[in-house]
Amino acid sequence: MIKKGSQIVCESLLREGCNVVFGIPGGAILPLYQALPEYPGLRHILTRHEQGASLAADGYARVTGKPGVAFATSGPGATNLVTGIATAQMDSVPLVIVTGQVNSWTIGSDAFQETDITGITLPVTKHNFLVMDASDIASSIKEAFHIANTGRPGPVLVDIPRDVFVQEVEYEEPGELNLPGYSPNFSGHSGQIRKAANLINESEKPVIIAGHGVIISKAYDELKELAEKAQIPVITTLLGISCFPEDHVLWTGWPGMHGMAYSSFTIEEADLVIALGMRFDDRITGNPSKFALNSKKIHIDVDPSEIGKNIAVDVPIVGDVKEVLSRMNTHVVAATHPSWLKRIDVLKKDHPSLNIPETSKLLARQVVKDISDETKGGATIVTGVGQHQMWAAQHYRFKKPCTFLTSGGSGTMGYEVPAAMGAQVADPDSTVWSIAGDGGFQMTLCELATIAENKLPVKFAILNNGFLGMVRQWQEIFFDSSYVSTAYTGNPDFVRLAEAYGIKGIRVTDKTQVKTAIAEAMDHDGPVVVDFIVEQEENVYPMIPSGMTVYDMIEEPVPEKVTT
Amino acid sequence: MKSSEKHTITALVEDRAGVLNRISSMFRRRGYNISSLAVGKSESAGLSRMTFVVDGDAKTVEMVVKNLHKLVEVIKVADISEENAVSRELALIRVKCDVATRSEIMQIVDIFRAKIVDVSQDTLIVEVTGNEDKVNSLVDLLDTFGVFEVMRTGTVAMSRGASFEQDKSANSPRILENAS
Ligand SMILES: Cc1ncc(C[n+]2csc(CCOP(=O)(O)OP(=O)(O)O)c2C)c(N)n1
Ligand SMILES: [Mg+2]
Repeated sequence: MIKKGSQIVCESLLREGCNVVFGIPGGAILPLYQALPEYPGLRHILTRHEQGASLAADGYARVTGKPGVAFATSGPGATNLVTGIATAQMDSVPLVIVTGQVNSWTIGSDAFQETDITGITLPVTKHNFLVMDASDIASSIKEAFHIANTGRPGPVLVDIPRDVFVQEVEYEEPGELNLPGYSPNFSGHSGQIRKAANLINESEKPVIIAGHGVIISKAYDELKELAEKAQIPVITTLLGISCFPEDHVLWTGWPGMHGMAYSSFTIEEADLVIALGMRFDDRITGNPSKFALNSKKIHIDVDPSEIGKNIAVDVPIVGDVKEVLSRMNTHVVAATHPSWLKRIDVLKKDHPSLNIPETSKLLARQVVKDISDETKGGATIVTGVGQHQMWAAQHYRFKKPCTFLTSGGSGTMGYEVPAAMGAQVADPDSTVWSIAGDGGFQMTLCELATIAENKLPVKFAILNNGFLGMVRQWQEIFFDSSYVSTAYTGNPDFVRLAEAYGIKGIRVTDKTQVKTAIAEAMDHDGPVVVDFIVEQEENVYPMIPSGMTVYDMIEEPVPEKVTT
Repeated sequence: MKSSEKHTITALVEDRAGVLNRISSMFRRRGYNISSLAVGKSESAGLSRMTFVVDGDAKTVEMVVKNLHKLVEVIKVADISEENAVSRELALIRVKCDVATRSEIMQIVDIFRAKIVDVSQDTLIVEVTGNEDKVNSLVDLLDTFGVFEVMRTGTVAMSRGASFEQDKSANSPRILENAS
């Protein structure tokens, strides 16, 4: 059957199971948009900025485990996507991005709105394509979805010139994938799996560090089985948060720069680190040459290039965490480590880290704690980047898997608005709380219009400290409180701003109003913005300055510390 | 063993627009040094073969190999430096020459089994094939007469005997799981 390139794009997306697209039209991609009415199965959500489209697609993908899809036009439309693409690349999130390009015969001539988007995104995509003939569209999109969501997931961009959208070709279903250079290894090497199990069986002080890979491969049950069978404490990375229920006795927090002190010390004292789907990021290792020197290391990851990159490991296993664990668990002998677990209890008591000081002031931490209590740990939490992000990770007690969405690798401020929108689109019945910074919120708040338009009941808690708080904290600690360019003295009235979008706004200035405001927001049918005017100069503790070790940790100043 | 040394890596890659860009971008982004790079068609249609000479310690080279593997258009990768390999480079050298020095230059060229491929009033072009060290030595020797211009292809390499580049899936466990 003869079809246009634009129709082939739509049919290919539908075949891959895509039913939501975020984007903004423009000249080069217009023929694709004009085909959308023929395909009611593809719901298009018109964002207000392309960064909003790529970050919403990211939030959607993290929740569904399916690639998030975004459209943008050539030139500025495409470049506006880049922050979202880079965010997805850093956190292994599957995206398929379709961009319009100038007509094929003008490529290279600096035509109007021409940008070399495959060149620009080359280092921040898992792969990208420039499709110069409509008969290649179906296979390229099939390959794009396959590459995006197998092995270690990531964003794939497909750039299509305007004339290729209108080109008519004989349409055929795409054949078998033809990717001779792409064959991720999922199974893991049996010999290595046995070696790893032996190390676990011999260990007296094992600890698991569970990363994003556990969530990506949905290895929740296998992780739990391993932890419970051999009584191994479970630490997660920032992106691993929620992969293990935080009311479980073996849950031992998350480590690193702003993680719980006892988690960092547990890793330091362990004799075996079992690293699952994580990459020994510098926010965890601090100084990699001094990281966890007392332990042997097992590292399971689907990406071979992560193994040995930052930390030398004793037993590397390349494979999918779920598959490897399910096989490894059969070789693991049931064990108890009473003295080790007791030691960790002592560490928890000595380094509480989750303490909220008694005060009449409105502390950001208290807001997070109250949201955690009011939602019973069952909401999907989306954050921006900064102090509020760390407090969200520290003080929300996650009970459900895959409910913490944060830009970990890239640290993309502004993530909190569009990603929360994408998360809500992905699961309309879920409770989505965006824990936002007053800084980050203002980077992407134009998406409030999209949220209102689509009646998405996202609840925003702006932890409004009137500062780029995390940077202010660094200035306080490392630059003698010289607050250069971090005070936000011109913040808008967020309540009236929300109301301007037709969104309910609530302001909270006093500690006693927090719980009622949260309840009121949750009772409201639609989106709500709650502006929490919190203490301006609160710091996030503990803190391990970058490049340092756990022994350089700065803990919360003594008067507020609970001692045993 | 020296911690930093030259390694020869070969790769079989899809012959498509942008592949070279993708590979060189990976080297640049990760901060790996390519000391030479040669590309040409392979025995199979649609596939090219590349030879990289990379400076770095064993860990760096291992990471280069892994990151090459990771590129979708790269089909096979081999680090052949430790194996018994044949490696060759071709160079053209324009050297200053007059009646007095001509015969001496010709002698040197002979010893290196090089060739004189162009002669003018006061220059010669010498063509030499050999491994990098051989080419370096000839360039150095000729430089005593005055070298105006050197054009080198970069090394191409092939392992001796019947050992071929292994494909990705077979190769990755070998490299990784020997690490313990
Ligand atoms: C796009 C972007 N620009 C700059 C930064 C650097 N940065 C990291 S945290 C931060 C402050 C964030 O302020 P806010 O959103 O108000 O959160 P807070 O730390 O106050 O909770 C800044 C500027 C960043 N991470 N992302
Ligand atoms: Mg702030």
